[in-house]
Amino acid sequence: MSGILVITEQKNRMSMETVAAGQQLGAALNLPVSVAIVGVSGSGEFADKKLDQIYELDDPLLQTYTPDGYTAALEQLIRLKRPQYVLLPHTYQVRDFAPKLATRFDQVLVSDVVDFRAAGSTVVMVRQLFQGKLNADVKFGGIAPFFASLQAGAFRAENAVAGDTPATVQSVPVELDAAKIRSRPEAPFREALRAVDLTAASIIVSVGRGIREKENIPMVEELARAMGAELAASRPICDSGWLPMERQVGSSGQTVAPKVYLAIGISGAIQHLVGMKGAKTIVAINKDANAPIFEVADYGIVGDLFEVVPALIEEVKKAKG
Amino acid sequence: MKIIVAIKQVPARDSQLRVDGAGKWIETSGLSFEINEPDAYALEAALQLKEKNSGEVVALCAGPAAASQTIREALAKGADRAIHIEDDNLNDLDTLAISRLLSKAAAAENPDLILTGLQSDDLGYGQTGVVIAELLGMPHATLIMEVETKDASIRVKRELEDGWFQHVELPLPAVLTIQSGISKLRYATLMGIKKAKSKEVKRLTAADLGIALRPTLTIDRVYAPVKTKQTQILDGSAKEAAAKLVEKLKFEVRVL
Repeated sequence: MSGILVITEQKNRMSMETVAAGQQLGAALNLPVSVAIVGVSGSGEFADKKLDQIYELDDPLLQTYTPDGYTAALEQLIRLKRPQYVLLPHTYQVRDFAPKLATRFDQVLVSDVVDFRAAGSTVVMVRQLFQGKLNADVKFGGIAPFFASLQAGAFRAENAVAGDTPATVQSVPVELDAAKIRSRPEAPFREALRAVDLTAASIIVSVGRGIREKENIPMVEELARAMGAELAASRPICDSGWLPMERQVGSSGQTVAPKVYLAIGISGAIQHLVGMKGAKTIVAINKDANAPIFEVADYGIVGDLFEVVPALIEEVKKAKG
Repeated sequence: MKIIVAIKQVPARDSQLRVDGAGKWIETSGLSFEINEPDAYALEAALQLKEKNSGEVVALCAGPAAASQTIREALAKGADRAIHIEDDNLNDLDTLAISRLLSKAAAAENPDLILTGLQSDDLGYGQTGVVIAELLGMPHATLIMEVETKDASIRVKRELEDGWFQHVELPLPAVLTIQSGISKLRYATLMGIKKAKSKEVKRLTAADLGIALRPTLTIDRVYAPVKTKQTQILDGSAKEAAAKLVEKLKFEVRVL
């Protein structure tokens, strides 16, 4: 076989986005698409999708994720089914094992892909460089399989096409040796319950590195108060302890979709964008006109936030009477 | 405990980037460079581990001659010595080719631990640590927030998505990629800068390591991203721009 294999992750909506991407690539290259489900049995949400095969890799040693276990199991599946392309969602877990898996095939994972173009049998993967400031077209080389992981939100889950008949479900036995699984993971935990629910806010004022110092945070707090908004921040602000972690928006924080998201001094690294690009209206205030935040912004002010924010506080107060 | 920290030199964060004439990379002349920020956190983690457990920290860097500046800074901050795999043509390489160079040089040192940042700020593949581990047959863990050392193993705190964490125990030797922002980065002291001048920097080439510089992936074209959204830029003085924004928020977005 020479099709496309989509490796899914349990309980992660990016899996369906990757199925949709796989189907699009399959349509362009005229290749069948199959799905691998690891660590659980049951074809679940993929059963009605237009797929050639659903492979279940179910083994007691796959119930808890380990890079050694997943890599060994998926290596066996790939050697057996010989797909041309292997697509994965660009999750934290995939980032942990997929580079190892690709290395087993003398290949390099093209990670964090935002788009692809297929012309004839040539496929070009589009990914971001320099934290989103530039894009690059990347071509595969060497001998297939070719590996790519897809950025959250780059493809739409609802575009996954349903099939006329249910896909064939195949249980693929894998041979795993407990002695070769070297890491011992403990149960996942959360540090503290979240007291701040940013997802309920209709206006969010969010602050990033551009604020420079902790002493400048109250200025943004005042703007949030004036606008009747919740205050949020990008990761570096919370890492520095200038605002509590529970106010962090992004892949490691909360995902929000307010009516208005006002990004102040936030450059717009992808880890932040995935947490807020669903906002209805995005406003960016940044001194760098080339900052990636302006790619998602509806309104932008290119300027010094230390001049713009005080002016904005004044205008908002005036407007609210 | 012998710790190797793999560090990379990248353009400074605030750089204005231009695509080069060939359209395959950026124009590097005139740019200033610095340590890849995630690697600075890996170096910090290594120095803290050394302070706690004693041992040695070796900075390992593959890069052009100009990367010696970044290596000196690592030595000034407290790394004991460094290995510089020097080549001016590493930009064309992918993660696997670079990881082959780094892992070959690292293997000769028999380290207990190899640390690196979770990703580079330029290429951003985010894979070097994991690939080095695979090439050296070592276990690994990524996005590490804390490291607790035991006799022949370590217990690390890993970040998962959406505010979740997990502890993982790994036998040594092992490779870790360190999460950014987990601690305060130290500055080099005057004494450190002075001492760095006499610290050993071993220079190697790809030929010394017996590794062919052959990439698997090729970057076909580098270009500015196509905007998906039409951004209305509100111009004028700060006051004028602020007034325009409030106008929009009040009458078009209707939230004020």
